[in-house]
Amino acid sequence: MSSTRTLLLSRHSVLPGFGLALGYTLLYLSLIVLIPLSATFVKAATLGWESFWQIVTAPRVVASLRLTFGASLVAATLNAVFGLLVAWVLARYEFCGKKLIDAFVDLPFALPTAVAGIALTALYAGNGLIGSLLEPQGIKVAFTPIGITVALTFIGLPFVVRTVQPVLEDLEAELEEAAACLGANRLQTFGRVVLPAVAPALLTGFALAFARAVGEYGSVVFIAGNMPMVSEIAPLLIITKLEQYDYAGATAIAVVMLIIAFVLLLAINVLQWWAGRRNAEDN
Amino acid sequence: MSIEVRNIKKQFGNFQALDDVNLDFPSGELVALLGPSGCGKTTLLRIIAGLEKADSGQVLFHGEDASERHVREREVGFVFQHYALFRHMTVFENIAFGLRVRPRATRPAEAEITRKVGELLDLVQLDWLANRYPAQLSGGQRQRIALARALAVEHKVLLLDEPFGALDAKVRKDLRRWLRRLHDELHITSIFVTHDQEEALEVADRVVLVNRGRVEQVGTPQEVVERPATSFVADFLDLHDHGPAWLIQAKIRHRGQVLWAAAPERRSA
Repeated sequence: MSSTRTLLLSRHSVLPGFGLALGYTLLYLSLIVLIPLSATFVKAATLGWESFWQIVTAPRVVASLRLTFGASLVAATLNAVFGLLVAWVLARYEFCGKKLIDAFVDLPFALPTAVAGIALTALYAGNGLIGSLLEPQGIKVAFTPIGITVALTFIGLPFVVRTVQPVLEDLEAELEEAAACLGANRLQTFGRVVLPAVAPALLTGFALAFARAVGEYGSVVFIAGNMPMVSEIAPLLIITKLEQYDYAGATAIAVVMLIIAFVLLLAINVLQWWAGRRNAEDN
Repeated sequence: MSIEVRNIKKQFGNFQALDDVNLDFPSGELVALLGPSGCGKTTLLRIIAGLEKADSGQVLFHGEDASERHVREREVGFVFQHYALFRHMTVFENIAFGLRVRPRATRPAEAEITRKVGELLDLVQLDWLANRYPAQLSGGQRQRIALARALAVEHKVLLLDEPFGALDAKVRKDLRRWLRRLHDELHITSIFVTHDQEEALEVADRVVLVNRGRVEQVGTPQEVVERPATSFVADFLDLHDHGPAWLIQAKIRHRGQVLWAAAPERRSA
């Protein structure tokens, strides 16, 4: 099966316009993504290695990076689990009000992030509806890393649901019936038949939710409390530096974020390629 | 294992899919459920398998009421029209699936699984495909793998839902003859659903003709051809005279033997 996976460039294709399409893709990507991003690298380079290293290893920066990536990973994982559940319910069952729930899923996409942030803060603060219930139990959500994770989970949910749902809808019910006839219980059917089939889509959803969470700013700053070393996210630190006209310092943090995000997304892509390879239709 | 179906009724909305169906499937026979599409034959098969629940009536396995048993506990092999193979598993893993999901206490050892799967691959004559994925196989090969997978768990009943329906004419013919030979070897009680008269008459020990949720006739291919019980049966088996094309071509075969042929003198009927 690997023989069909040779480099596309070297293969003859019946579809015309490969050169044009590739040229267009590269130009577009360059204009929209690569040139702006490389500008960050150029700006950061004006610092020199010594001061660049000093900025990005400052305890406050390291803490914020750890918080951003840690909270994003936790949020994306939560979304992967519960988003799969929501997608499952929407794909497999018919019930009254399904269309409405289906529409709710997209709300985090449409809502201005600041609105989401304020709403979440109002709910989870000590005097809020949910916060007032949790606080007596000793659980503080607002103005802590937990609050940040809640906000990041909120904005990431649609990514998982919307990538997994169509795949689940396409998955024939017959596969599950076949598994049951062969003696598999529900858990075995899910683990051995359903999950492997949706794994590539689930990973895509996870990666999208994670990427979105890493870059999220608007909804987080309200609920985070923004205490240095405790609940200050990296994007906020970048804004703070910009407000102090420390452009080079801001881009230095941005460069580190970019590199970490790129490496993590690449790793997810490799994982996905590995999962998808086994599903491949190689006829 | 013998199967009995007693007073089965099933309704989908306003549509009466099955109306008081009573049938006996003796042990070790290959029976065809034959009828036009939408006549309820697939619904009946799914009710026997436990994939669908009847509104009323009973399904008896070996004289015991199995109506309340879950699919898992009915121990029925099922072959789907569109194969329902697990795409992310190799052919080997597909066949081994039923063995691997058994509770630890009854699960065979790895060597035993390998031996068993090898045996089944030999049986369906596809031993060189063990490490391929379903997407790399032809339709006929996929259906044979699906059959091997159903046989791996050694259930005493095999149900086939239009098993050759998605295949082209030549492969269909080869595969149904092959299924007949396989049944002669294994003697497992089998029911297959089809809308193809030729297929049912050629392969089955017995044919059940179903129309609009009711059984029209049960009999050997010889019986239903010689003495169609109702006008529907005669019509559906095309036993009336149908003009010149039929005069030349019409022959009904069962296992290589001509059961019925349109003779010129029957034209006037």
